[in-house]
Amino acid sequence: MTHLIEASHLRKEYGLTKALEDVSLCVNSGDFFAVIGPSGSGKSTLLRLIGLIEPPSSGKIAFRGEDAVSVSEEERLKFRREIGTVFQDATLFNMTVYENVAYALKIRKKTQFEIERRVKEVLDAVGLAGFESRRASSLSGGESQRVSLAQALVYAPALLLLDEPTTNLDPRNAAIIENVVSKMHHEQGTTAIMATHNIQQVQSLASEGAILHEGRLIERGRISELFRSPSAFLSNFALIGNVFTGVSEIGADGLATIDVGASWKIEATTSKKGKVTVLIRPEDVIVSKEPLQSSARNILKGRVAEILRDGQKIRIRVNAEKEFLVTMTTRSFEEMKLELGSLVFLTFKASSVNVI
Amino acid sequence: MDPIVDGLVVAFQLLVSLNPEVYGIVLLSLVVSGLAVLVGAIMGIPFGALIALKSFIGKGALLSLLNTLTGLPPVVVGLLVYLMFSSAGPLGPLQILYTPHAMVIAQLIMVFPIVASVTASSVSSVDRKLRLRALSLGADGYQLASTMLREARTGVLTAIVLSFGAAISEVGAVMIVGGNIRWFTRTLTTAIVLETELGQFGMALALGIILLTISFIINVALTRLQWSGLRR
Repeated sequence: MTHLIEASHLRKEYGLTKALEDVSLCVNSGDFFAVIGPSGSGKSTLLRLIGLIEPPSSGKIAFRGEDAVSVSEEERLKFRREIGTVFQDATLFNMTVYENVAYALKIRKKTQFEIERRVKEVLDAVGLAGFESRRASSLSGGESQRVSLAQALVYAPALLLLDEPTTNLDPRNAAIIENVVSKMHHEQGTTAIMATHNIQQVQSLASEGAILHEGRLIERGRISELFRSPSAFLSNFALIGNVFTGVSEIGADGLATIDVGASWKIEATTSKKGKVTVLIRPEDVIVSKEPLQSSARNILKGRVAEILRDGQKIRIRVNAEKEFLVTMTTRSFEEMKLELGSLVFLTFKASSVNVI
Repeated sequence: MDPIVDGLVVAFQLLVSLNPEVYGIVLLSLVVSGLAVLVGAIMGIPFGALIALKSFIGKGALLSLLNTLTGLPPVVVGLLVYLMFSSAGPLGPLQILYTPHAMVIAQLIMVFPIVASVTASSVSSVDRKLRLRALSLGADGYQLASTMLREARTGVLTAIVLSFGAAISEVGAVMIVGGNIRWFTRTLTTAIVLETELGQFGMALALGIILLTISFIINVALTRLQWSGLRR
């Protein structure tokens, strides 16, 4: 059977910077494929190459079994028009919502009648009916991202590329996007490749996945198997999160207590018993200099061991009972006057603990 | 009489009396500069967009050259066009020296670099993410360029405002290649030079006021367009 996308030995360099190195992957029609990795691992670059927006420095990409790299611009355009991309950053054209969504159909020279019908359908689907004449510049971040999804869905692409589509969104808008994408995948059989570092999203949407780290694919397989078998996968995932293994017991109050060793027990809202793997996202951990008076069930004390700047965010590594990775905004980092060795308290809710 | 008050009075008289020579001069100025800017825009806008969107060897050098040419002294352009079209020049047989055709060509040479370089810089300053978006949605080369031009529309209108301002107010080039011939190639600027030399300060000022008013009206109109482009 031919794969929808078959990438082999992709390499991409920008000047002296290597973005991707020897990346090969196959995606079948109807798959939902997750590319998992921390920021800067090359996920966005990989999606731009697969989307045929940028050529690889070397390597091959075949679309439906046909070479899509060393062909004429015209041939490539034909393939490119079967692919839709939703970028992390919803920068829209300085036009109305209608014009933004109609754009892809206009350049495909569809009839006015068809354009109107399709634009209405997809705006309904993303919950933005009635927004047609709004200027794109007047929309909120979540609305912009939904328009951006509508822009790609309007021509019903065979392959949908999602580059961290919900990263900057509030939970409500993120849920809308996930629902629409999932519906497209299940009802219309749209193949999707999603770059993400959100493990819940991976579990709820994807069937296949691969981990990208520093430009290389270090593991791939069925998501269910990746999560079931221990743990190269999860220890790799620790690059972007806090992963611990332990034994779960359900208490009388229904709350699970998970013994992860080092005389530390995590409280979690789960019904899983026995040996489990626990993941706590760095952004779900609250950092404070004094113990917090809150309803959160888990509190740890530790010292700052490493400070990493990552755009507008600061990632700090804290040595507590276990080593912990947390993220915070540059502003709160500065307000708290943290430095190496500072004593900090880490607080997170039982419901922020993902138990696998 | 105070030459400024005198000038204002004369200007008013010339305008209300519908003096045919003055209206002819105004019309010729508008037509010559308007045509130069029109052709300059038709050629310069796509050229500027092409430079901005393509990467090629010597791109930086070409942009620097264009930027330098935006400051071309009109007299030098006039001289070059004169040499090209004079009876001994390579294009002499066309016999268009001392006609409005030559004046349009001279001004076109002046405005083309302005239109092209301002367009190039405004298209290259469009957010790179929009370029990726247009490509990802299936735009071909031509569609990408027109989308980026649409996003850069404010800058493109600026290019047109700037080049029209430069064209209507220059005197060196039209003087040399047009010859300031009465009823034929006399423009507002060359007429001002002539009237000043003749000591007719009132008339010179009157023409100056008309020139200012015209470029003011046109600039206001284009600026309004620019602003509505920003809002859209």
